[in-house]
Amino acid sequence: MPTETPTVPVSSPEESPTTGTDSPHVLDVHDVTVAYHRRPVLWDIDVTIDQPALVGIVGPNGAGKSTLIKAILGLVRLASGSVSFFGQPYSSARSRIGYVPQRGSVDWDFPVSVLDVVLMGVFGKLGWFRRPKAADREWAMECLRQVGLADMHTRQIGQLSGGQQQRVFLARALAQRASLYFMDEPMAGVDAATERVIFEQLGQLRQQNKTVIVVHHDLRTVPHYFEEVILLNMRLVAYGRTEEVFTPENLRKTYGGQLGILTDVATSMASKGIRP
Amino acid sequence: MITYNTLIVLLGTSLLGANCGLVGSFALLRRRALIGDTLAHATLPGLCLAFLLLGYRSLPAMLVGAFVTGVMGIVTVALLRHWTRIKEDACLGIVLSVFFGWGIVLIKLIQNETTSGSKAGLDSYIFGKTAGMIAQDVMIIGGVSLFCLLVVMLLFKEFKLVAFDASFARAQGWPAVLLDLALMGLVALTVVIGLPAVGVVLIAALLIMPGAAARFWTERLESMLLVSAFVGFVVGLVGTSISARVDNAPAGPVLVLVGSSIFMLSMFFAPRRGLVARLVADRRSRLRLENRRFLEVLFDLMEPALPERQPIALADVLDHRGWSSRDLGRLVDRAEKHGWVDRVDREKLRATEKGLRKGARYALSHRLWLTFLDEHPDQIAAYANLSSTDPAELLPADLMESVRGKLLASGRWPSADLLETSEELSR
Repeated sequence: MPTETPTVPVSSPEESPTTGTDSPHVLDVHDVTVAYHRRPVLWDIDVTIDQPALVGIVGPNGAGKSTLIKAILGLVRLASGSVSFFGQPYSSARSRIGYVPQRGSVDWDFPVSVLDVVLMGVFGKLGWFRRPKAADREWAMECLRQVGLADMHTRQIGQLSGGQQQRVFLARALAQRASLYFMDEPMAGVDAATERVIFEQLGQLRQQNKTVIVVHHDLRTVPHYFEEVILLNMRLVAYGRTEEVFTPENLRKTYGGQLGILTDVATSMASKGIRP
Repeated sequence: MITYNTLIVLLGTSLLGANCGLVGSFALLRRRALIGDTLAHATLPGLCLAFLLLGYRSLPAMLVGAFVTGVMGIVTVALLRHWTRIKEDACLGIVLSVFFGWGIVLIKLIQNETTSGSKAGLDSYIFGKTAGMIAQDVMIIGGVSLFCLLVVMLLFKEFKLVAFDASFARAQGWPAVLLDLALMGLVALTVVIGLPAVGVVLIAALLIMPGAAARFWTERLESMLLVSAFVGFVVGLVGTSISARVDNAPAGPVLVLVGSSIFMLSMFFAPRRGLVARLVADRRSRLRLENRRFLEVLFDLMEPALPERQPIALADVLDHRGWSSRDLGRLVDRAEKHGWVDRVDREKLRATEKGLRKGARYALSHRLWLTFLDEHPDQIAAYANLSSTDPAELLPADLMESVRGKLLASGRWPSADLLETSEELSR
C-alpha cells in the first residue's frame, strides 16, 4: 500500500494508464495449499494467467472459491505455495490490485456515506496520514457515475438496496485504479439492473486491458461473461479458455452428478454455439 | 459557589468523559466494546501490585501497574482465541473474572496487612471516587486526552477504514493488526486514567454509552465522534455535580446513570433513528397506505358506472380487502373527515368528486405497478417499493414507457377525465 505514488487526477477510468503486459505473467499461483485447523480447504492450486482476461472461478459450495481469492490476496495464510503478480510479490504489486469483498462481510449500518466508502478505494495510494483531496473526491464521484449511483453519494450506505450496495463496492474497486481485480461473488443476490451494470464494467475493464477474476455462482451465465474459467473443488479441476474447459465432463468432475445444473449449462452452451 | 476543588473535579471528569466518548466510539464501531470492559477489570491486580511493590500510594505508579495488567488481560484474550477454539465471548468472560478475582484477593491481602491509613484508597478503585481528585490527576487526564485526540486526528482515515472493512484494508496493505493494537492502546490509556474517578467495574459503560447514544443522532462518523465526545463531556459534568451533592455516592454508578439517561433519551427521541420517530413514521406510512388502498378499492367498485356516482355497499368494499369491519369503519370515518366520501346510509357510501380523483390516481399507479410486476418479473427486486405511490418516481424512463403502453393496451387505464395533471392525460 502506502506507496509514494502521487494521486493523479483522471477524469474517467478509460484514460487511466493501462499496465499489465510489460511483466511476465499477470498472476502466478504456484502450488498453493490452504488449511484451517490442519484440514485442507485448497490443495495444490496451480494457475498461471499470462494475458489480461475476464476469468470466472466456479465450483460448488465449500469448494474454496472465496478462500482462493483471500489466499491470493494474503488474507488467509498459505500452508504452502507462493503467489506472484506481474512477476512481483504481493507487497510490491499491491497498488495494482483491486478487491471487491463479499457484500455480507461488512456492517452496512456503519455511519459513512456512499461517497466515503468509494473514497476508501484511494486510501492505498494516499498512504499514511494524508487525507483525500478535492481531486480524489472528483475521481470517486466519477467512479460512482460509472455504476450509476452518483445521485446517491450523500446517502448513508444502509439506505441502499442490496444491489446498490454491491455497486458501491464495485465503485470503490474502480477507484483503486488497479490493473488486476478480484471480485468475490459480486452478482450473488443482486437485481437485474445491478447485474447489467457489473457486466458492463467488466467489459470496460477488459477493454482497458485489465484482468478481472470473479467468483461466480451462476453457471448459465459463465460462457457469456468470461473468456477463461477456473473450475475448482478443493483442487483445481481445470483452467483455460471457457470454450475449451467449460465442458459437461469437467463440470461433472467439479460438481459430481448434479444433473439439473449440467443440463442447464448444456442448453446455454448450445444456444451460444459451443459444442461440448 | 463553586470552590477550587469542585472546579478541579468537574474539569477532570468532563475531560475524561469527552475522551471516553471519542475513543469509545471507535471501539464500538470496531466491535471491541466488551474488550474495553475486560481490560478495565484486568487493571485491578496491577493497581494492587504496584501498591504492594512500592509500599505506599502513588497514583502514577499504580496507573502504570493498571495499564500493564490491563494490557496483559487483552493479550491473554488474543492468545486464547488464537491457540484454542474458545469463542471470543467466552475468552472475554474468563479473562475478566480471573483478573478481577485476583484483584479482589490482593485488595483483601493488603487490607489485612497494612495500617488503616493507606489501605482505604484501594477500595475506591472499584466504584470510583471523584472527591479526592487533585490538580495533578487532572493534568494526567488532560495529557492523555490530548494524546488520544492527536492520534485519532492523525489516524482518522486509517481507523475508519479498518473499523468499516478490515479485509479490504488488509488487501490494500494496511497493517490492520497494528492499527487495532493502536486503537486498543488508546482504549487502555483511557480506561486507566478513568479508574480513580469511575472505577474498574463501570468505566466500560462510560466508553460505550456516549458512542451508542451519538449513533442515534447522526449518520456520519465525523459528527458521531463529535456528538459522542460532547455526550461524554456532559455525563462527566452532570454526573460529578450530582455525586458531589449526594453524600458518599460513588461517582462511577452516578456517571453511568446519567450516561444511560442520555442514551435512553437518544434511543427514544432522536429524530429519524429514534424509536418514537420510527414508530410515528411507520404508523404514518401505514395510514397513508391504508387510505390509498381504500380509495383505490372504492374507485374500482365505482368505475363501471362512471360518470354516474353510484353508492357502493360497505359489504362489497369488505369483500375486496382483508379489512375487519371495525378497521373499515375507521377508514370511512377518516375518509369522511378528509371529504373523500359521503355516507349514503348505514350500509352504503359513495366517493366524492375529490375522493374519486384521488382514487383514480392511486388506481392508475397501482395498475401500473401490477403491469410492471407482470411484465418485468426480473426487475422487481431492483425497483419495487411500497414507499412511493408513483412508479414513475422509481422506474427508469424506458421501462416506464413500456409499462404505460402495456396498461393502455389492456384497456384498464382509469377514465381520463378524472386524472387531472397534464402529464397523466398526455400519456
